[in-house]
Amino acid sequence: MNQDQSPWRYAVNIGLIGALTVVMLSLIGMVESFSKRDIIYRVVTMGNTLLLLTAIFLSYLAAKKAGREHAATAVGSAILTAVITAAGVALLVAIGKTINLRMVFINASPVLYQILTFYIGPKGIPLVLLGGLLSGLAAGLLFLAPPSIRKTIITALSAVVIAGVLQDMLRPVIALWGPLAKINLFLFAANGLSIKGAIGLFVVVAILVYVWGQKGSAVKTKVQGLPAGQQRNLKLASMLVLAFILLVLPKILGLFLSEVLTIVGLYVLLGLGLNIVVGFAGLLDLGYVAFFAVGSYVVAILTSPELGFFSMNFWTALPFVIAAGILSGVLLGVPVLKMRGDYLAIATLGFGEIIRILVLSDWLRPWIGGAQGIGQIPNISIAGYTFTTPQQVYYFILAGCLLVGFISWRLRDSRLGRAWMAVREDEDVAQAMGINLVATKLMAFATGAGFSALSGAIFATKIGSVYPHSFNVIVSINIICLIIVGGMGSIPGVIVGAFALVGLPELLREFAEFRLLVYGAALVAMMLLKPEGLWPDVKRRRELHIDEDENVAEAEEATVSA
Amino acid sequence: MAMLEVEGLHTYYGHIHALKDVSVNVEEGEIVTIIGANGAGKSTMLKTTSGLLKPRKGSIRLNGEDLTQLRAHKIVEKGVVQVPEGRRIFGTLTVMENLDMGAFISKDTQKNKENLDRVLQLFPRLKERSKQVAGTLSGGEQQMLAMGRALMTEPKMLLLDEPSMGLAPVLVDDIFDTIRQLHDAGTTILLVEQNARIALQVASRGYVLQSGSVVLSDTAENLEKNEMVREAYLGE
Repeated sequence: MNQDQSPWRYAVNIGLIGALTVVMLSLIGMVESFSKRDIIYRVVTMGNTLLLLTAIFLSYLAAKKAGREHAATAVGSAILTAVITAAGVALLVAIGKTINLRMVFINASPVLYQILTFYIGPKGIPLVLLGGLLSGLAAGLLFLAPPSIRKTIITALSAVVIAGVLQDMLRPVIALWGPLAKINLFLFAANGLSIKGAIGLFVVVAILVYVWGQKGSAVKTKVQGLPAGQQRNLKLASMLVLAFILLVLPKILGLFLSEVLTIVGLYVLLGLGLNIVVGFAGLLDLGYVAFFAVGSYVVAILTSPELGFFSMNFWTALPFVIAAGILSGVLLGVPVLKMRGDYLAIATLGFGEIIRILVLSDWLRPWIGGAQGIGQIPNISIAGYTFTTPQQVYYFILAGCLLVGFISWRLRDSRLGRAWMAVREDEDVAQAMGINLVATKLMAFATGAGFSALSGAIFATKIGSVYPHSFNVIVSINIICLIIVGGMGSIPGVIVGAFALVGLPELLREFAEFRLLVYGAALVAMMLLKPEGLWPDVKRRRELHIDEDENVAEAEEATVSA
Repeated sequence: MAMLEVEGLHTYYGHIHALKDVSVNVEEGEIVTIIGANGAGKSTMLKTTSGLLKPRKGSIRLNGEDLTQLRAHKIVEKGVVQVPEGRRIFGTLTVMENLDMGAFISKDTQKNKENLDRVLQLFPRLKERSKQVAGTLSGGEQQMLAMGRALMTEPKMLLLDEPSMGLAPVLVDDIFDTIRQLHDAGTTILLVEQNARIALQVASRGYVLQSGSVVLSDTAENLEKNEMVREAYLGE
């Protein structure tokens, strides 16, 4: 984007992008599919919201380009952008009325046109343009509003949208809360939020955000002003509250959400392992699913009575699983020691496929079941207590995540962690500092593989069977993506990334056909807007914001000298 | 017996014969420089000495101990530390974290602290900037940091690769003043430099490398007077 481009021209440009986007969203069927769910009952559907958000987001960008000092230009260009975007919809409807687009675009159905014109047909076109104008105006005013108010409005609106989108999940959860179940009646209508519920939610969230915005920093300074002992107590107390919440979570959330949590938990485990390889040591491993497969298959072979080789229990098998994971990590590590970057990525990709094809092969079928996989893997049990339902398995996975998270965290600050960091930054210099390159890299591969094998073992016992198709390359890609979105090398980032990229799609399963599209869009947006991730590691952030950090350093110096 | 004895070194990059029968000696407490044009094999020579590259033939001995087959990190443990060409500090770490990384092989915290004090005394600028992210330092400061980082293990022998590269003349003088100080404090230095004039001023002896071979070796004084050196490397 050219810096000295006039704001009007920019507004037209992104308006056209917006028009193309909304037309595409309509023609691929996303709008129609999303329209089945109301955000606010009989007022706004998810489909409307999708189009509105596109227009508002783009016109906000247009306003930003004009700048706060040119208020009229900002609002004007925001409106221009939104109207052009709306014109895209109008044009689509107009064309659709004259030519039958359905020959090419099967989603260009009459229903779609009805949705796009607020169910009044072609006469609704002026209304569409008016809608564009209003959303542009809203975006422009939002941009000009003082930050505290803008933040309040955006957060409160997001809360309403999120509550509407996730209604099917929230309703049953709230219903479990006994006396509080009445909230449901207030908040929700048959489909979507009720009007009073939406307004109520908006007001409550807005008040909370606004008050926190006014008083939050005062509270923070107060906490920081406390003596060290009290600060520690406060920290301890919040840890205890967090621990308590984690413990009662499956009870609060019910069966389905606990199942989602266990899936997210497995990905957290996998992510923490790969984070060591990719995030800490900087070795781009695209075949990480291989170790997950090794863990699953080893536990299946050792415990499943179907094969009848060993029929061990989970705990006897576990050391073998971890050992097999570590061994396979080293086996992969040795041949790729001298590779870097893209070459390493391709080699590891190949390794992942080799393992998948091996377990699928007829050659190994007598031992590991070929395409039919291995079944009858017993559940995990401790002292007679068996983890069967998702709500029980949750605790086991939670324990695994806590353990692996703790190990990761300790490793990061250890000597080995520093060696990984040095290797990530510059292999040659790391060697010149006396770091053993071979041992350091192999340790990264082995540790990551060990964690992955552990999650594979838990996965196999949770499902009760293993199949080759569970270990597709897409799993590796998923894990890489969640690390990138969360923030490379950041332990909390892995958790955030797993919730965003694994948890959220599980909750929106009815829109699963658009999953990869949203995934792609989210990744592109992420790289443009927040390349360091949602919860970045300090050092990674510095890499991408080195100029700002310089200012920070200078500011710190200034305060020190003052 | 010289402290560092490099004998008959042959190093290859794939098929390219980069070093052809190079022999270099460095006595304890000496500054020896290797001068030569771009691509003459100066950096290759240092990298082979520090173990980043492996020679096909020849030997490297430190105080009589054979280092030829040791891997790079083992050679660091023996006390031979390289400051790589183009600084190559850890740009996302702070100055202090970079220096800590320099002390990676030493687990003796008391000693590390002494070394840190020594390095900060040598480079007061680094002390001022200790919390700053290293990537935001100026070129001269980055060179100081690279040298300081290498000095964190109290090396017996320092290998400096083009410390003047890309620096303003004033800063080059600063860096070479520091090299002199290090020498006065007893550090043995093997210095690779394209800037022959300043290199020959600090060094006691020098080697001239041309297309991978040593074509001339003499005291720095004689080299400065040598017709060929004056013409080719001092631009006179």
